[in-house]
Parts: sequence; structure tokens; C-alpha cells
Amino acid sequence: MKLLNRTTTYFAIPMLLVLGIWTVLFYHNMLDEIYDSMDDGLENQKLLVIQKAKNTPEILNTPLFEDGYYTIKPIAAIPSGQVVDTYRDTLMYMQNERDFEPVRLLETVFQINGSHYKLKLITSMVEEDDLVEDLLYSILWLYLGLLAVLLILNNIVLKKIWDPFYTLLSRLADFRLEKDRGIDPIRSNIDEFVQLNTEVQKLVQLSVSSYTGQKQFIENASHELQTPLAISINKLELLAESGVGERAMESISSVLDNLERLVRLNRSLLLLSKIGNRNYLEETSIDFGELTKRLMVDFKDMAVHKKIEVHLKEEAKLQHSMNGDLANVLLTNLLINALVHGRERTTLMITISNKKMELANFGTEGALAADGLFERFQKTGRGAHSTGLGLAIAKAVADRYGIGLQYHFTDRHLFTLHFP
Amino acid sequence: MKILIVEDEAEMLQNMKLSLERELFLVETASDYAQALDKIGIYDYDCIILDISLPDGNGLELLKMLKGKGIPDGVIMVSAKDSLDDKLLGLHLGADDYLPKPFHMAELNARVKAVLRRRKIQGAPKLEWENLMVSMEDHTVLIDHKEVDLNRKEFDVLLYLLLNKDRLVSKTALAEHVWGDHIDQADSFDFIYSQIKNLRKKLDLYKADVEIKAVYGIGYKLIAR
Repeated sequence: MKLLNRTTTYFAIPMLLVLGIWTVLFYHNMLDEIYDSMDDGLENQKLLVIQKAKNTPEILNTPLFEDGYYTIKPIAAIPSGQVVDTYRDTLMYMQNERDFEPVRLLETVFQINGSHYKLKLITSMVEEDDLVEDLLYSILWLYLGLLAVLLILNNIVLKKIWDPFYTLLSRLADFRLEKDRGIDPIRSNIDEFVQLNTEVQKLVQLSVSSYTGQKQFIENASHELQTPLAISINKLELLAESGVGERAMESISSVLDNLERLVRLNRSLLLLSKIGNRNYLEETSIDFGELTKRLMVDFKDMAVHKKIEVHLKEEAKLQHSMNGDLANVLLTNLLINALVHGRERTTLMITISNKKMELANFGTEGALAADGLFERFQKTGRGAHSTGLGLAIAKAVADRYGIGLQYHFTDRHLFTLHFP
Repeated sequence: MKILIVEDEAEMLQNMKLSLERELFLVETASDYAQALDKIGIYDYDCIILDISLPDGNGLELLKMLKGKGIPDGVIMVSAKDSLDDKLLGLHLGADDYLPKPFHMAELNARVKAVLRRRKIQGAPKLEWENLMVSMEDHTVLIDHKEVDLNRKEFDVLLYLLLNKDRLVSKTALAEHVWGDHIDQADSFDFIYSQIKNLRKKLDLYKADVEIKAVYGIGYKLIAR
């Protein structure tokens, strides 16, 4: 759930409670006020009716609301101390509504010429159920209105306030340690965001510098290794020429093999580090069909030796803008992988279609573990002399140009390049 | 043929000197910028092998100075830092070649000979040994003046072995030279063997006075019968 909506949810529940309590209080208050004003009106009418009765004594006997809003009945005398106005609610049949409706009734006693009379005055009053219903609806609309306003405010005001936060978030999401030097700072005058920005910048800078430091270290180490490796290999080559015995030659051969493996490993590490270091900036449009054909010629002898038939099916022209050397590295590593791990007397099928290139070869039975396949130093049992970096290098190149490199297994091993 | 090697690593220098001397070149050495400067000032060299990183200066600076003065010596840059920028700059400044460390002695020999050939001989360069004659311009091989039908790879292998005649050429050096740098990702160079086998058959067929000798799993050597 997004932050904006979460605050709205948190507001919605207490608001309902507050509005509910407020409604009850408001209802009672309003009712009080209405009764008060009705009772005042009734008292006034009482005085008017008594006044009228003094002038026109014939109304002194109107027991059935003949005049519409009052009854007067003669009663036996009562002690004057008991004469009080009593107000109460009652029901009365209304002609227009054809129903019993609540009315406010004032009952009092008065005296004219020594006779006592009971006076009842009525006035129609608010129907409580209607009032409650009306009030409920208004409150509901108010509540919904408030929620809507809250949502709109959240989405306009809060969004505006939180904008730097979301900007930072998206920059962090887009941040790639391998290629970005840092992230752009956000502009905000909100203390918390300024602090967040500073801390994030610090963290990112630290990551970037330790990452580049590490890469620099690998690169330096690789460079430093070149000279001693060169010296050792050359010394052995010279030694092998100077007529040592067969046993010694075997040892020299084995040491040379291992030194050369070290050279390959070193070169691969350097290459990996260079791919990450944004070397190879120059880009041209590479025709993958042409490149594949060229490499197939280069690797023909290797394929012939392993008795692997290489077929190219070019269904569509596939061109992509990238560095020529890296395109070469990418395809070379995939091709070598397919040839080295391919079974003898099988075929390697290369299919180039629109935005897609696929290498399918027969190798070991069963699928390889797909996760970790493109990791560095991932080795399958075969090929003790391989560096275990070939696919990692291919993946590094593919990643750099946003090309998807995937592995599947059907009845054969499929390496697929998906071009953006 | 006089060659100057400028290299600060004593052992590296020693190896290169030894290997080139076996090719009967006259080899002089300099282990820093100042020494190199002195020697270049006094003598003429046919080829200078120049390490880029020197303790008291940059080999590229030396190259710039050299070419600035119009000294025509052939120059092969050598560097432990396989940097494209250095390579391009070096070639732009007038170096003939760029060789990243580590390299094989066979490769150094071949490159030196290529530079010397470019510098000295005008016209179609030909290599002759015993009854073998290789024309580098039109990619033909003649044995006793009869043309031998070789494919491109077989020609390259034979030429490389001939440039290093009587010397041990390791399988890796041969593979890298003939099949290209990227072949070194391959985990075995067994495929070279079939090329060698074909080449041997053809040399036998045309009764060549040279033969390719296998050297204990390390590589091959072209020797006179």
C-alpha cells in the first residue's frame, strides 16, 4: 500500500468516530433548541388564549380543538399551588397526513371569574425519525465529502511534499553500481529529506568508491602479474630449447600449460574489469549474421576437430549498435562454450531471427543449473583448463548493452540473446 | 641486424636478449630511459623493442623524441598494461607494432622479423630455407620450384614455423598467432594437430627438405632433414 493511501486509511477510521460522536451531540443540542423554541411559542399562545377567553367567554367550552390548536375544559377547583405548566409530547391524528403525528402539548390551568379551566395547547413538532434520517444522510455525505477532500489533498499536497522522496526512491532504484558514478541529489527544504539525501549520498559514494577500488585492485593485480608471467613462460620456452631430457620436458610442458592457464585467467579478469569500467566506448552497428559467419570461419578448425557441424540459419537481419570488440567477445565466448562443451559428432545450430539469436548444442545430458551459470568461476565438470569466466564475460557484455542472455534446456542446451 | 631492447625488468630483458641472439641478431640492451637515450644517440638500430613503463620515464615519450628527430629505427612497443589507448597512441606516434605482455618468444621473433622486413626489403619479400620458398606477398609456397597447394591456415602455420625455424614454437603461440587472440579462451589446442598432420603430408608429398617435429607436448619445431 502506498504511503499516501495509508495515511488516508488511518484518517478514515478516527474521522468516522469523531463524526459519529459529534452527530449525537449535535442532534441532542438541536432537539433541545427546538423544544425550547416550541415551548416558548406555546407559552405565548397560552397568554393569548387566556386573553381571548376573558373577552369571549364562549370559547371557555371548546373541549375538541374546535379552533384547531387548543381545548378548554372547566374543571373543579384545584389548589393554586399546584398550578404548573406541563409540557409533554403526544400523538395526535392529523387530517392532512391521515396518521398520528407527534405534537408538543402544553397543559395548564387558569381561572376566570372564580372558575377553573384546564387549557391544552398544541403545536406540531419535528418528526424525530425524519430528523434522524436527514441528519444521518447529511453526516454520511459530509463524511464521504471529507474523505474525498482528504484523498485529493493527499494526492496533490502530500504528493508535492513527498515528491523529493519519491524522486530519490526512483533514482535509487535505477542506480547500478557497475556503471553509475553516484546518484543526483534531490532538492528539498524539508529537514528530514535533506538528511535522507545526505545519508544516501554518503552510502552511495562509499559503495561506488569501494567498488571501483576493488576493480582497480583487480586491474592493477592483473597488470602486475603480466611481467612475472611473461618472464616465467619465456624462461621455460628458452629452457625447453636447450636440449634437456625427456622427463624434464614433460615437466616443462606441464608447467607451461598451467602458466598459460594463468595468463588466460588473468586476461579474462582484466577483460571483465574493463567491460565494467566503461572502456570500449566506441559503438558501431554490428551485423550479427556477418559477425557469426566470420567467427564460424575462425572456429572452423576447432569444430572440425570435434566433429561438430555448425549451421547458421539467418531468418532476419539482426543489427545492434555496440562496440565491435565487445560484440566479438560476446559471440566468441558463446561459440567457444558451445564447441567446448558440445558432444562429438553432433550439430551446433545457430538461429538468427528478428531481435533474437539462439545457439543450440548437444552437450551433457540434462539441464545445467541455470542459476549461477553466468556467475564467475562457475565450472562444469568438463574442461579442467577452462577459466570458468567465459559465460560471465558474455553476460557482462550482454548486460552492458541491455541484451538479455538466457539459458534453457529442451533436448539440447539453448543459449538465447534477446535484443532490446 | 642490430636490435636494442629497452626494458627495466632484468629477467625479461635477459630472456628477450637470449631469444633474439639465437636468431643471430646483434642485441644491445638498456634498462632505463637515460641509458636508452644515450644508446639511441650513438648507434643506429634496425629495430628497437621499447617497454612503455620505465622507472625514469615513459617509453611513449622516448618514441616521440625518436620520431621527432627523424630516426628511422623500427619500433615495437611492449607493455604489461594491455591498453588500447597506449597502443593507438604508440602506433600514431610511429611505432611499427605493439606487443602486450606476456608474449611468446616465437611471437617476438616473428614480429621483429616482420618489422625488419618492412624496413629493409623493398618489393616482394620471400623467405627461403633448404628447398622451401615462401612468398609472403602472394601467399604461395614453392618446394623445388613446384607450387604446393595449401589452405590459408596451413600457409600461416608454415610461415610462422619458418620465421622461427629451428626454434621451439609452443602450441599456444601458434594458436594465438594463426587463429587469433580470442582462440585462447579455448580449453585445448588439440585442433592444431590436424592442421599439422595435413601440412606434414603435403611437405612429404613434395619431398621437402624440412620437416615439422613435435616437441613433447609443448609445441613444434621446423627443422632441416
